[in-house]
This record gives sequence, structure tokens and C-alpha cells, in this order.
Amino acid sequence: MFTQLFDTYNREEIKQSIYSKTKADVEHTLNKTTKRNLEDFKALISPAASYYLESMAQVSQQLTQKRFGKTIQLYIPLYLSNECQNICKYCGFSLDNKIKRKTLTNEEILKEAKAIKTLGYDHILLVTGEANQMVGTPYLKNAIRLLKPYFSHISIEVQPLDQYDYEELIAEGLTTVLVYQETYHREDYKIYHPKGKKSNFNYRIETPDRLGKAEIHKMGLGILIGLEDWRTDSFFTALHLNYLEKKYWRTKYSVSFPRIRPARGIIEPKVIMTDKELVQLICAYRIFNEEVELSLSTRESENFRNNIIKLGITSMSAGSKTNPGGYEVEKQSLEQFEISDERTPQEIAQLIKSNGYEAVWKDWDKILM
Amino acid sequence: MKKLKIADKEFSSRLFTGTGKFSSSQLMEEALLASGSELVTVALKRVNLHNEEDDILRHLSHTQFNLLPNTSGVRTAKEAVFAAQLAREALETNWLKLEIHPDPKYLLPDLVETLKAAEELTKLGFIVLPYIHADPVLCKRLEDAGVAAVMPLGSPIGSNSGLQTKRFLEIIIEQSNVPVIIDAGIGAPSHAAEAMEMGADAVLVNTAIAVSENPLQMAKAFKLAVEAGRMAFEARLAKSKNFAEASSPLTSFLQE
Repeated sequence: MFTQLFDTYNREEIKQSIYSKTKADVEHTLNKTTKRNLEDFKALISPAASYYLESMAQVSQQLTQKRFGKTIQLYIPLYLSNECQNICKYCGFSLDNKIKRKTLTNEEILKEAKAIKTLGYDHILLVTGEANQMVGTPYLKNAIRLLKPYFSHISIEVQPLDQYDYEELIAEGLTTVLVYQETYHREDYKIYHPKGKKSNFNYRIETPDRLGKAEIHKMGLGILIGLEDWRTDSFFTALHLNYLEKKYWRTKYSVSFPRIRPARGIIEPKVIMTDKELVQLICAYRIFNEEVELSLSTRESENFRNNIIKLGITSMSAGSKTNPGGYEVEKQSLEQFEISDERTPQEIAQLIKSNGYEAVWKDWDKILM
Repeated sequence: MKKLKIADKEFSSRLFTGTGKFSSSQLMEEALLASGSELVTVALKRVNLHNEEDDILRHLSHTQFNLLPNTSGVRTAKEAVFAAQLAREALETNWLKLEIHPDPKYLLPDLVETLKAAEELTKLGFIVLPYIHADPVLCKRLEDAGVAAVMPLGSPIGSNSGLQTKRFLEIIIEQSNVPVIIDAGIGAPSHAAEAMEMGADAVLVNTAIAVSENPLQMAKAFKLAVEAGRMAFEARLAKSKNFAEASSPLTSFLQE
């Protein structure tokens, strides 16, 4: 399990090591013709690398095009439920947030799905809070069964599950699971997640292992940017990615970099990451790992998304609603967070095209299960 | 130039092409037309098999192109056979590029699963072109299984690093009774020409054309390089000499 490796690292030492990287370290990394390692990643996310942003962007672009071509995949979240038994200080669905709770019925799921289909989508991401009685494995299994006839690729972003739950859902047609660690800071993790199943740090950090054992096709990693020092947390994400790639080599990986967005009843971010720093992080991931998929959601602003397409990312969401029923059933219910880029999927597809890239709506098929 | 025959089909062009990574389907169509390619491979996972208006398929509906569906995405022989049968039904071709790469990072082929799937698919009447490592023994085993051609890699897919497996490709070409198509890793027209000069029957190129600044022009460059390489092969390249012929100190006593 990853915890065994993770526990051999001292967070403070890693942080210091990142912050003491020099311009020479960054140049050495950029000039490499072989694959980059974790030390290189530290250099690329270090403050010293901020002087090399343009060079990093150029290397990142070239590596991304070589692997992924001039394409951007499109996906959309479908929020099934905002029920949640956890208290998470940064989340609009937190148990202590007095909002109206809603879980979609079969009929409502299909209504939402049809609305999403008319937008052109073929890849869908199902999202719930953590409420095992209402939205546990049986509910998810039922939702996948309902949606499978309409979509080529089904992902979930829900509570961590056990290996056998994942196996059951995979057999039903699940292809991808996103499970973000939020932060690798073991002590502060407890402060952000004081109550509920999510407060178990070890269970969460070992979720990718359980997914690997269940032989999931793809899994997505990431941290919530704004909780702790993003450089140190990103290093641990990269360490996690490296570990998983070697151990579960049949699985494909993606990384996301969500920044905390405003929502009703949540804390202010402790750490602010600038746009420049987010670009640095995206390019650093790409230069470090040429094969990993990098995903960007509608949390980011129009201007940022307009300019980021060519710099290393490989998939984007568009036209997202973060409330259950948001597409058709109950458009006004409360969102998990405010999205920032409200343009329609067609507008985003046009934006991708105007950047000289192709918007890819389908890159998977039911026959591959 | 000699035409290439694979199964029951003859090809004037020895440049086979892929359809991924282009910045638009329109540009893909134009580039592939310019390449002169007559066999284009398309990933089943990228197309909508049940929609005749599928964007990729629509742009490939030219008589110049023969479709070669590929099984990219499958991880086992069982999945490959299942996918192949659906492809045959939907696309009305029994040609198949058999790709089984359970490793999504380097997309390297699984020889155990590939051989198993090839044996089964040939029995089911498919024209099987397997993507494989440059492994001469595996090529013979696949030949025994009844594949129509073999597609050994020059270097990891999409890497543009050329014929890193050259020594093994030479052995495969020397020993093969079925056409040898060098697939993967060909990043420049010079790599393609090199493969053809060695005696490869064809090459398959995708990334180098799709990701180029000017795919149309790059497609033409590959067309010319493949033709030049093949012509040179047929004309028999002058061998470079590493010995002198002017005087014969060792054998001069034989002269009268």
C-alpha cells in the first residue's frame, strides 16, 4: 500500500528541498533529453522555475502534442445527489451546511441524461456526496445501468469504496474513478475533515491501491488547491502517481488541479495559487510525465481557459452544473461550488477549434468492457 | 514499383496511415488523401459504429481508402475478439489491426494475448494484421496462426524515435513469408525511407503527419520517402564497401 512508502517521507524536508531548488536545477531539468524524475519535478514546481515559465510552456506543448495530438477531450459532470454525512470545511455539501438535500430518482437521472446528450456529450462523470445509505454502491450500480445505453464512457467521483464495490461497478460498465486526496498533510487533513467517514486519512490515501487491485481502466488523482502548500502537496501527488504507475501498470492515470471556489458556508482558502503558478504546475506535470492525462474544469475563468488549451491539458469540462438536477429537473437547487466559466459546450468546442485543436467527444466504447 | 498484395487486396501505395491526433477531421481527410495512402487504420473507440454520420468515418468515405479498424483500448484476447466481431458487423470489413496493449503508458503490445487472439480471429475468418514487438520468433508463430501480415514496431508508439529495433526488423524481413509492415516510432520521412530500403513491405505512420505544423506537406513528404525507399530497394542499393579491390595481395598468385 502507498502508506508504507508515504510514511518514509518527512513533509517538512520535502518542502525545504523544493524551496531550495535553484535556477541551475531548473535548467538542468529542462535540458534533459531523458525522462524526468521526482527530483526534476521538485525543480519544476519550485519558486526558481517561475523564471522559466515560457520555456516550460513550450516543452509542455511539444510533449503533449506528441502524445495526445492536437485534441482536447470533453466531459461533463452529472450530480446525482448532494446528500452527505461528512463535514468538510471547504465543501458546499458539508453535513453542517443547512441546504435542501436532493437525490435524483431513476426518472430524474434519465431526464438529466437526455438533457446532457442534447449538448453533444458521450463521456459522463457521475458525482455524489458521501451518504452510504442513500447513495452507496447499489444506488451507483443502478445509475450506471440506467446510463450505460446513452454514454460510451462513465466515470464516477464519489466516496472511496472497497475493492469489491469497485469490481462490482466495473462489471456494470464503470471505466474511470476520480478520487482526490484533497491534501497529503496528515495532521491538517483531520482539521478539514472533522467528522464522517472521510476523516479517515489512511482509508482515503489507500483508495487508489484498491482501485488498482480492482483493475480500473483509469483513475484520476489530485489535491484541492488552497488547503495547504500546493508545491508540497503536488510533490506527494507525483510520488503517488509514480508509485501507482509502476504497481498498477494496466491502469491509465489523470491528474486534476482544482482550486477552491466560493460556495455557501465554506472556509476561505488558506493558500492562494495565482494563475501563473497554476500554469507552472500544469507544465511541470507534463514535463515530468509525458503520458498522464491532465484535466481542467469549469472552476477556472474564461480567460484562463481560453489560453490554457495549448499548454499541456488533455481534457476539459464545459457547461457544467454542480447541483443535482441542474440540467433539467431542478435548475435552481444549490450548487457544490460556483462555476467560473459558464460558456456552453458548443462555445467551448468552438474555442478549442479556434486554437487549432479538435474537440473529442468520444474516445471509448462500451465494447471495450 | 511492384504492387503490394496483402490477403486478396493489392496496394499501389506502401504508406499506411493512422487517423488519430489530427487537429480536425477535415485536415485528416486532406492529409491522408495527399499521402496517397490506401489503407487507413481507425480506432474503434473513436468512432460511433452505429451512426452513419460519424464525423471520422464520414471523412474517410473515399474509394482511395480501405478501412483497417483497430482494437486499441482492449487489454485481453477475449476483449479483442469481441471488439473485432462488432467492428466487422458495423464497418463491413473483415480486416483488422489487432492491437492489445494492456500498458496504457507506453502502449507496448502483449505478445501472449496477441498470439491467442490472432489464432482465434483467423479461425473466425478475419484478415489479421497484428501490432507486435520486433520479435522474429513471435512473427513465425503468428505466421503459423495464419495472419495476413505482421506489424512490428520500430520504437514505442508516438515516440518519433525511428528504427530502434533495426537489427531485429532485419531478421523479421529476412525470414517472413507474409508482408512486414513497420508500425510505430517512424517520426521522419528518412525513417520511412530507411525501413523501405531495408526491404519492409510497407510502413504505417500517424503521429509524425498528424502533429506536424503542416500535415498536408508532411503527408506528401512521407509519400515520396516511401516511394524513394521502395524504388531503391527494388533497384538494389549499392553496398557500401569495407574492403579494397584495386590490388589483391592475398590472391594475386592465382593470376596467370
